[in-house]
Amino acid sequence: MATNKTLTGQLLEDYDLVSIGDLCRSCTVEVETISLLVAEGILDPVGGDVEHWQFTVASLRRVKTAIHLQRDLGVNLAGAALALELLDRIAELERM
Amino acid sequence: MEYKDYYKIMGVDRKATQDEIKRAYRKLARKYHPDVSKETDAELKFKELGEANEVLKDPEKRAAYDQLGSNWNAQQGFQPPPDWGTGFEYQGAPPGGGGQEGFSDFFESLFGQGRSPGGSRGFHMHGEDHHAKILIDLEDSFNGASRSISLQMPEVNQDGHVVTRTRTLKVQIPKGIRQGQQIRLGGQGATGMGSGKAGDLYLEIEFKPHRHYRVEGADVFLELPLAPWEAALGASVKVPTPAGAIDLKIPPNSQAGKKLRLKGRGIPAKTPGDLYVVVQIVLPPADDDKARAIYKRMQDELEFNPRATLEVA
Repeated sequence: MATNKTLTGQLLEDYDLVSIGDLCRSCTVEVETISLLVAEGILDPVGGDVEHWQFTVASLRRVKTAIHLQRDLGVNLAGAALALELLDRIAELERM
Repeated sequence: MEYKDYYKIMGVDRKATQDEIKRAYRKLARKYHPDVSKETDAELKFKELGEANEVLKDPEKRAAYDQLGSNWNAQQGFQPPPDWGTGFEYQGAPPGGGGQEGFSDFFESLFGQGRSPGGSRGFHMHGEDHHAKILIDLEDSFNGASRSISLQMPEVNQDGHVVTRTRTLKVQIPKGIRQGQQIRLGGQGATGMGSGKAGDLYLEIEFKPHRHYRVEGADVFLELPLAPWEAALGASVKVPTPAGAIDLKIPPNSQAGKKLRLKGRGIPAKTPGDLYVVVQIVLPPADDDKARAIYKRMQDELEFNPRATLEVA
């Protein structure tokens, strides 16, 4: 399916929000998984109760990375949270 | 078909214990994990490693693999023996859930397809969204650009097998895009099953490190080297900006570290960023008599204590 057409996508701001349903579907995870990530402080939801939670688009990648780290490296959720924070810190330092 | 030396990939001896194999895998997995690693070929290495581990961690598969080793002939290439392929049934993780999509042909000739075919008939599922980071030049954000990107994507083919395919997409990079923003390409993610819709592809923007500029949000920073007299007396100097060179007036007495703000000359977003020029003072080397004489004159004639604030007199 090689295409020569130039694709134009939709630009998402880092502060744009996605619903918990979209987040679950996009990352193929259950709501419970998202709740665990929130409880661990990996994700910061906007909004009151779980059904109305919204997340920034940056969360999409974060969820996937957290899941990959757990699955591939055998770390637990707290370990994945620590790795994510350190990765953020490295990215920040590299930009300076 | 190419023979894969799983022991070499794992960096262990053929006589390694299962514990040693586990340790080697964990160590290398952390090193090459694509979400963590800075190695250029991390993704490929990690995939190879996953395949090697899949075989060596399982004593039964490992035994089967070892048996093959003695019959291996590098000149002939690998042909599975005729009685091969029975007794070692491999059931992989379901599509989307497994960590090692798309094992090598070598692996599949040994242990069969990683996934059981079928199961998708009469089953409708929305395709998974894919996420990738793309590196662009800062200039692409200033001018807008069209970039070709190559992505390795696991895909379920017509027989229900998962294959890895390289896709090349041409993508429009909108002018004013910033680091951390994402471009969503509808329907460019994983294909759906049955009548399920294809997922989307999210591209996260990251700027390649630039030899002149540093970027923070929509603001761009440039370190500008100046001669001591330019900084002291003021000057007009040519300065590069991502949109082209400009003439910049340096005010007199510009100390090192002073920031000159050029409003609106950062990334041309909806609210354009600013360009900050950071003054850097470069000393002419005192390596001949003439230069030394000038420094000596300044030493004799200027009352100047650069360490006044350190209060050590």
